[in-house]
Amino acid sequence: MTDDPARSVVRFHGVQKFYGHGESLVKALDSVDLVIREREFVSVMGPSGSGKSTCMNIIGCLDVPTGGSYFFRGVDVSRLSQDQRALLRRHFIGFVFQGFNLLARTTALENVELPLVYRRVRRADRRERAMHALTLVGLADRAGHTSGEMSGGQMQRVAIARALVTEPALLLADEPTGNLDSARSREIMELLVSLNRERGITIVMVTHESDMAEYGTRTVTFHDGNILSHGEPQEVSA
Amino acid sequence: MMLLVTFMMALREVRRNTMRSFLTMLGIVIGVGAVITMVTIGKGATRQVTESVGALGENVLMLRPGAQRRGGMRQGAKGFEAADVSAIENEVPGISAVAPTSSTQATIVFGNENVSTSVTGTTNQYLEVRGYSLGTGRLFSEAETAIGSPVCILGTTVEQNLFADADPIGERIRVGRVSCQVVGVLESKGAAAFGDQDDVVLMPMLAVQRRVAGEPNIDSINIKANEGQSLEVLQAQIEALMRERRGVQRGATDDFNVRNVQEIADAMSAVTTSLTSLLGGIAAVSLLVGGIGIMNIMLVSVTERTREIGTRLAIGALASEVLLQFLVEAVVLSTLGGIIGIGTGVGLSYGASRVLELPFVVAPEVMVGAFVFSAVVGIGFGYLPARKAAHLNPIEALRHE
Ligand SMILES: Nc1ncnc2c1ncn2[C@@H]1O[C@H](COP(=O)(O)OP(=O)(O)O)[C@@H](O)[C@H]1O
Ligand SMILES: [Mg+2]
Repeated sequence: MTDDPARSVVRFHGVQKFYGHGESLVKALDSVDLVIREREFVSVMGPSGSGKSTCMNIIGCLDVPTGGSYFFRGVDVSRLSQDQRALLRRHFIGFVFQGFNLLARTTALENVELPLVYRRVRRADRRERAMHALTLVGLADRAGHTSGEMSGGQMQRVAIARALVTEPALLLADEPTGNLDSARSREIMELLVSLNRERGITIVMVTHESDMAEYGTRTVTFHDGNILSHGEPQEVSA
Repeated sequence: MMLLVTFMMALREVRRNTMRSFLTMLGIVIGVGAVITMVTIGKGATRQVTESVGALGENVLMLRPGAQRRGGMRQGAKGFEAADVSAIENEVPGISAVAPTSSTQATIVFGNENVSTSVTGTTNQYLEVRGYSLGTGRLFSEAETAIGSPVCILGTTVEQNLFADADPIGERIRVGRVSCQVVGVLESKGAAAFGDQDDVVLMPMLAVQRRVAGEPNIDSINIKANEGQSLEVLQAQIEALMRERRGVQRGATDDFNVRNVQEIADAMSAVTTSLTSLLGGIAAVSLLVGGIGIMNIMLVSVTERTREIGTRLAIGALASEVLLQFLVEAVVLSTLGGIIGIGTGVGLSYGASRVLELPFVVAPEVMVGAFVFSAVVGIGFGYLPARKAAHLNPIEALRHE
């Protein structure tokens, strides 16, 4: 790995995440080295419980490693305060959660607007951009529906719209197509691919299906808290 | 800018969670409303008692025959004489007015109207002692007092009942079996705890003794002290004088008693004060129940709210921004609830005071106290769980069950 550090978005050095103590110690991440460069579209695969979500949470600055070091765009995340990590998330990262995490009794539009509120985007602007993101995921006609009035697939798409509305430098998606049928899944994948190719957004996506993983530029495979394979780094088409 | 955004966000959350907001406010409204209502009623009752005791006259001693005893006067003690009255007037210093009274119940008739009321034989000084003032007409002349002419001064209740809108001055009415000319009408004093102060007929002392009651007794002597005069000293002097005049042996029990109107007032105030405390206690319990209600709603919503906090943090909100939002929410709810509670309390207590015919006494310190308590509970329980959640890392907050 002889990458130019400035061009790497994510750089892990022996990152560990342990839960519990003694007998009940769980090594969710054993010792992970990982580099993700700008404009990559990385698919993450691996059996359930192999540490994929844990890894995503750390990449997304939502959680901190118990050992090793993590550099986000050359910045040592372990040295940042809680607020500084929040600002990193606000300005650089979009996250699609496995469990959507939409606000209750809140409309799709308001959910998608939320990251823009914290970015201090003016109201009219916010509306327009949120509507645009909803249109991208094919939910423009559901803008006024609350989470309780939508199917799992629709909530999933709102979550995706919320993550990409800010056009983040890094988009993280934890099983974004887990609740979608294959036609919808392909649509979402094509959306991600175009965001990656046309807007230069770096994407890391966890998936169980290898035909979804093929949309990425390489596939990283986890097993028992370790990376089994870093995949073939394909040439990123300009 | 941030404050405004947060404020709008908080208002949106308040509106979005209508039921939770409503229940939180309800707790505060009930607490604040109950306290204000109870205390206002209690204060009204106290005020009424104080006022009606005051209506008996301030700085007044009442001299009555019979030993002072719990449960009333001993029967058979002899009444006072006119000489006792002048002795008190002449020998006791520091007195501004002395009025003997001889009261009896009588039927008063004018035309087709008749009423039964208390007829008091006394002197003009009675007005000063009891705090009455003359409305229309005149007082008793010296000659009328001296010979006990059949003339009378009416309280407004009697006047209204007998004459309605007609002018009573100069008319002749029948008091018991005596024909009597109306010379004056008192100004109204209003109702009081001891009954209608305007339901009276005053006549010269001798007129009542000889013509109405038919016995020469004076059944009480009311003494009004000068401003600043010690009532204890005055009471001791009157007691000494009366013991001498009535020949009470050293060591024997007095066959009369001197009572301080203030003492009666104090005794009654003590009763209403404990009534107020009782009501206040009940109110405090409802405040507490309201507080527990608020607490419950806040704590029950913690799970959902912790997830919400996790989501907001994950999206890039700072802990301080999330906290500010929750604080604003709690303050808005508590303040709104407090204001509605004060409105409700004032409305209810006003209604209650009308129904119970009590004076309406606003107690601002209680309003402030109840308001502050509810606000503290509302803000405390809205804010503290949020504070805990906002310092979790987003993943822990999102995982909260
Ligand atoms: N908060 C936690 N406490 C204890 N163990 C955890 C926690 N989160 C994850 N784990 C454990 O870490 C391992 C990896 O979990 P995860 O990263 O969610 O796996 P994946 O997403 O690949 O299915 C699992 O064995 C899981 O049980
Ligand atoms: Mg997972």
